[in-house]
Amino acid sequence: MSAELSTNPEPVAVSRPPHPLAEFWYHFKQNKGALGGLVVIALIALIAVFAGVVAPHNPDIQYREAILTPPVWQEGGSWSFILGTDDIGRDMLSRLMYGARLSMMIGLIVVTLSLAVGLGMGMIAGFFGGMADVLIMRAMDILLALPSLLLAVVVAAILGPGLVNAMLAVSVVVIPHYARLTRAAVLAEVNKDYVIASRVAGAGPMRLMLIVVLPNCLAPLIVQATLGFSTAILDAAALGFLGLGAQPPTPEWGTMLASSLQFLQRAPWVVTWPGVAILVTVLAFNLLGDGLRDALDPKLKR
Amino acid sequence: MLRFILTRVSLVIPTFLGITFLTFILIRLVPGDPIEVRTGERGIAPERLAELRHEMGLDRALWQQFLDYVGNVLHGDFGLSLITHNSVLSEFLTLFPATLELALCAMLFATLVGLPAGILAAVKRGSLFDHGVMGASLTGYSMPIFWWGLLLILFFSVGLGWTPVSGRLDLVYYVEPATGFMLIDTLMAGDYEAFRSALGHLVLPTIVLGTVPLAVVARMTRSAMLEVLGEDYIRTARAKGLASGRVIGMHALRNALIPVVTVIGLQVGTLLGGAILTETIFSWPGVGKWLIESINRRDYPALQGGVLLIATSVILVNLLVDVLYGVLNPRIRHAR
Repeated sequence: MSAELSTNPEPVAVSRPPHPLAEFWYHFKQNKGALGGLVVIALIALIAVFAGVVAPHNPDIQYREAILTPPVWQEGGSWSFILGTDDIGRDMLSRLMYGARLSMMIGLIVVTLSLAVGLGMGMIAGFFGGMADVLIMRAMDILLALPSLLLAVVVAAILGPGLVNAMLAVSVVVIPHYARLTRAAVLAEVNKDYVIASRVAGAGPMRLMLIVVLPNCLAPLIVQATLGFSTAILDAAALGFLGLGAQPPTPEWGTMLASSLQFLQRAPWVVTWPGVAILVTVLAFNLLGDGLRDALDPKLKR
Repeated sequence: MLRFILTRVSLVIPTFLGITFLTFILIRLVPGDPIEVRTGERGIAPERLAELRHEMGLDRALWQQFLDYVGNVLHGDFGLSLITHNSVLSEFLTLFPATLELALCAMLFATLVGLPAGILAAVKRGSLFDHGVMGASLTGYSMPIFWWGLLLILFFSVGLGWTPVSGRLDLVYYVEPATGFMLIDTLMAGDYEAFRSALGHLVLPTIVLGTVPLAVVARMTRSAMLEVLGEDYIRTARAKGLASGRVIGMHALRNALIPVVTVIGLQVGTLLGGAILTETIFSWPGVGKWLIESINRRDYPALQGGVLLIATSVILVNLLVDVLYGVLNPRIRHAR
């Protein structure tokens, strides 16, 4: 009986296992929300790249004769300003399109910066352990103890208002998330046989960290980086709204919202559209992040 | 048990010191000498500058300055506001109840709506209601709350005239502050008209500040419930023939609540951060609005003290949640 069990033949399936990417896509496309998020992000990215071509007007030109024109479907609206104009006659749609460029750039830079720093710190903490680990992770705990928006506000206040400083502030705030994730992933991998084997084969610490271990830690980081886009865009817009981020006349969505606040009653569209743009973009990234998590995390695979 | 609590408390001390160091160093990073910033364009004699620097301890080594700062903080001395010359601590304490009242109401709103929504969504998994709750919660989670607040003002205050636009109380009422909580103070004064006014002022800020926690609580409750509903003891309870309501209410909910309680506790940071935006929109006289005003007025001692005080309250609440969690869940208490 036991002999029979131990010589149980392998399953007859001889076809090659699917490529990991194909398998990922198979799981990912089951999630309609995530697909929708991906499509929306692709659209926004296209608009951002080609803002100069698709925008009907220059975002900074003030059409003095068309101040506070309502959107086209409202009375008094015109097809030349589809979403209306703001309080000094700039075309809302064009400004939103250029704002997409800024928001995508903010997301990209913040995620790259915080991922690079957080990844490095997490790697060092996970790999070397001991004093380095304690120091780095305690520092991360301290950053985590502060409410993220509060920390971003303080950093932006100290560096001075501006788009670059706001991006720095938001990056600092999210570093601990990447550091923690990387450390946990590294700790889970570092004592596995393949790592020990390459260590024995003489691989140096850099090679071990970046070439041997890193590729196997990527899944949670990819998910976190996607969700990081939404945090970055949301927080940068909040800083812009508080007057600590991009400064007018930059068409950053949060800044646009804040600078036309006093026209809220007379011309609701100047406040509505930037908010819709933020919400849709952030929602799309959150949907995509959730979908990636389901597709990449084997624990959740059904 | 005592040992567990002591360990948790001792772990908080380095975090607290770290935060103190962070706020100490951040203010040093502000360009410009603190005294020169205050003297303005008229300038100051070099001797007087040296004298002032000595008086304020600025001529000493950085680590000595830091120790002085920690010492002062531990004695409750957070410095004086540059603008009002009041003690930062007393300014903070007069404004904090307003923020606390708002944050507690927001948390209550998030829990009262999020918990039932999450439970129902889990029980009716895959139904239209479930999809609705999940969609709404993802939207809430992605919401720029400053914009959400403006929309609500536009609709309910400006459009329908149901709620006031800003502040905590209509100007026609005056209530002697006793607890600092407007709802309690008006009730204690027996002024029901004022109570209604205070309540009306609270509704929109509560919804705005509670939106993100609501989304988090609903999602967390749903997934915790789903996990628990798949356990063997639930199947056993059902197999015994217990009524469905009893299985869900008694057997599942109790165990599903443990992670939810933690998540609710961890939202305190989000709430205090979100309070900055919510208070700015609704002109709510709390610490969030005060911090932004301090930044705009370059009142760095107020900013420094305020940040430290807010961070300390977040740390303390998290500590409390940690300990409570240990009390609720013996598995955590005995884990090493």
